[in-house]
Amino acid sequence: MSEIRTLTIDGEMISAPAGATVLDAAREHGIRIPTLCHLDGLSDTGACRLCLVEIEGNNRLQPACVTRVEEQMVVRSSSPRIEKYRRMILELLFAEGNHVCAVCVVNGHCDLQDLAYDVGMDHVRFDYLHPQREVDSSHDRFVLDHNRCILCARCVRVCDEIEGAQTLDIAGRGVASWIVSDLEERWGEARSCTSCGKCLLVCPTGSLFEKGLRHADSSRKADFLRYMVNVTRRQK
Amino acid sequence: MTIEDLYQIGALYREQLASFRAEIQICGSGTCRSAGAAEIQRAFESVCEEEGIRPEIRIVTTGCMGLCGQGPLLRVLPGDVTYTRITAGDAERIIREHVINGKPLKERMLPEDYPFFTRQTPVVLEHMGRIDPESIEDYIAHGGYEALAKAVTYQSPEHIILEIRNAGLRGRGGGGYPTGLKWDIVRRGTSQQKYVVCNADEGDPGAFMDRAMLEGNPHAILEGMAVAGYAVGATQGFVYVRGEYPLAVDRMKRAITEAERKQLLGNRIFDSGFSFRVDLRMGAGAFVSGEETALLHSIEGKRGQPNPRPPYPSQVGLWGKPTVVNNVETFANVAPIIHRGARWFQGIGTKRSTGTKVFALAGRVRDTGLIEVPMGTTLREVIFDIGGGITDGGSFKAVQTGGPSGGCIPEKHLDIPVDYESLAQAGSIMGSGGMIVMDDSSCMVDVAAYFMEFCQSESCGKCIPCRVGTVQLSRLLDRIRRGVASEQDIETLEELCVMVKDTSLCGLGQAAPNPVISALHFFRPEFERHYRDHVCEAGVCPVHSTEAAGDAAGIESGGAHV
Ligand SMILES: Cc1cc2nc3c(=O)[nH]c(=O)nc-3n(C[C@H](O)[C@H](O)[C@H](O)COP(=O)(O)O)c2cc1C
Ligand code: SF4
Ligand code: SF4
Ligand code: SF4
Ligand code: FES
Ligand code: FES
Repeated sequence: MSEIRTLTIDGEMISAPAGATVLDAAREHGIRIPTLCHLDGLSDTGACRLCLVEIEGNNRLQPACVTRVEEQMVVRSSSPRIEKYRRMILELLFAEGNHVCAVCVVNGHCDLQDLAYDVGMDHVRFDYLHPQREVDSSHDRFVLDHNRCILCARCVRVCDEIEGAQTLDIAGRGVASWIVSDLEERWGEARSCTSCGKCLLVCPTGSLFEKGLRHADSSRKADFLRYMVNVTRRQK
Repeated sequence: MTIEDLYQIGALYREQLASFRAEIQICGSGTCRSAGAAEIQRAFESVCEEEGIRPEIRIVTTGCMGLCGQGPLLRVLPGDVTYTRITAGDAERIIREHVINGKPLKERMLPEDYPFFTRQTPVVLEHMGRIDPESIEDYIAHGGYEALAKAVTYQSPEHIILEIRNAGLRGRGGGGYPTGLKWDIVRRGTSQQKYVVCNADEGDPGAFMDRAMLEGNPHAILEGMAVAGYAVGATQGFVYVRGEYPLAVDRMKRAITEAERKQLLGNRIFDSGFSFRVDLRMGAGAFVSGEETALLHSIEGKRGQPNPRPPYPSQVGLWGKPTVVNNVETFANVAPIIHRGARWFQGIGTKRSTGTKVFALAGRVRDTGLIEVPMGTTLREVIFDIGGGITDGGSFKAVQTGGPSGGCIPEKHLDIPVDYESLAQAGSIMGSGGMIVMDDSSCMVDVAAYFMEFCQSESCGKCIPCRVGTVQLSRLLDRIRRGVASEQDIETLEELCVMVKDTSLCGLGQAAPNPVISALHFFRPEFERHYRDHVCEAGVCPVHSTEAAGDAAGIESGGAHV
């Protein structure tokens, strides 16, 4: 088996296999680090910045999801600075899109909402940008509501890495970035989509959902992914 | 091709050059080109025809001669006489009086001791504006490819890396990372396949150093890349140029073809075991594509978005292989170092920042253009001695260095030396070399807002602090510009600056707040004048007029106006 590294996270001595991420190591030992773009089974991109941690000897905050454990590493997963930034990141997200939880299909089952509760985000001090975004309901069974999309790219990755369809991608730049299907066609016209529904299962917000779904039915969670990944690995 | 062949080509070409009675060099780069360099060249050609001396005169279009603000420039050899603001109509007099009668036009020529030129130390720009960028022979005649020959025929890769390390060369793309160390990491990488990438994306607003070098002396960059390839064990290089630089792309393409034809690129260079090919890749011109991991994605044909580092490209680069990514100017420094040695290079500049730096000097100075000075030259020397001071008798207010990642430096810091550490200490950075001089007609709030607007629209959108944080920062700055910001807004602005800086994924977001932070640091009263008194002293911002401000004073905070 692989080598073992010993490190400290939040004052706790822990060990983890070489090559593991700080996030893996922390979770293995019951230390909670909030994440949004990370999902077990998908590749990591370090985009949401919620998992930032302090590493002794390094002025820069580092994303736990892509930082590998090192011998003698001293990690802090929470500090006033980190807490503050996490709250601000969520505030920025709520101000960016149009998140009206009361009328959202996943109200009560939303990762974004949960995180906001967790970090104690009780108000948004930034301007709401109120973007004009569309709802793409051209697909037979699914809906993509751009108003609630936080561009975590989980759907893009699951479609590419697990389903292998590569239907979804991100186009545009900056705040004008958006999720597109195939060559920027409407989803209903995207011929590569297998309608597998995996993207719906990994979306952390109410951006992707099934037509006719009431929010009471929406307790979908991404656990299936681990199952899928294990099945795929076993087949190989 | 052997070294002897190379010398022969050079000697032959120099003989050809010497056979001309006179040489007329016309700047065909950037500003001069758009001011009609091509037409000027035709005028000179036809006057020479008329005078029956056409075959005796060499007329050549060169790269940027430096003093762009007084372009189009023209130089006459022998004598090295430079004329400024040339028009096609000047051809007759210059040919008749100067070239034929040997009497330069006193009133039109630039004084020989013009400080813009005499105070510079050209190393990477040595041949710029003097050689024909479309002729490999001209480059060879000026010592070109001798460093490569020397490297591959009798120096070991380890030796070259040591030489670059000893020279103290640091990356000119902005970060200032030691080039020799970077090469060494790639060299020690165990992969069979390695790559060398030239970052010629140059997205900084106002900067044109890299474009000028690609247009004016493309072989110098190729030679530097080939030496790097030899030193690290790479057989393939890429030049990544932004598509908005069509002339640079053309010149580079041509240079690659010519170098291949002469077997200075390709298989078994100088009959050594070293083979190296270079391909050109065009970028779509997004600022973030200059960030090295985004640039590599773009070369691989993917979306130009950054990745978290580590791993660095020197460990995991193009298609997962160890890759050297260096800036244009960095590569242009390589041949001179191999040629003249580390000790010579160390002798220029300061202890920790050796060599020279090229800047694009712009803004409210008398002489704008492309300059090269030893590291450690003070900002005052650059602006007042080389740049000739502020235009129209105005007074200096600030100099912005480092583009959208840099900051504004006020009068009281004008005597700091230009080197990586000093600029950082003054709250700015070296960056790639844009330098914008400002006088009282500039408003620092407006400048900060401009750069934030730039970063906001150039953000790739991958990470949240940069994608959304820059938009919020822009909005806050705009409120200040309009005179409707509150104290609370200023607090939020400062807090958000630090947050975006500390949490963004790549250098774009990490540096985006810099212009704001430095403007707030040095010019805070100016911000206060905007949001407290509703006055923009420079008269640039759309704040409430002074009278309206009187009325507004009754309503305790500007926020009430939104
Ligand atoms: C947003 C952003 C834009 C950049 N643009 C450029 C560029 O246009 N040219 C460049 O050489 N380096 C650019 N860089 C720096 C590169 O990432 C990289 O550090 C550099 O090319 C390394 O070369 P050097 O060591 O020779 O400086 C940029 C960095 C960032 C974060
Ligand atoms: S339904 Fe499946 S194939 Fe279609 S976009 Fe979603 S993940 Fe991709
Ligand atoms: S649609 Fe959902 S999963 Fe896809 S990027 Fe948006 S929020 Fe993330
Ligand atoms: S800092 Fe900006 S440019 Fe860099 S990854 Fe984040 S969003 Fe993209
Ligand atoms: S979970 Fe690590 S950056 Fe998103
Ligand atoms: S473009 Fe002609 S001098 Fe710079």
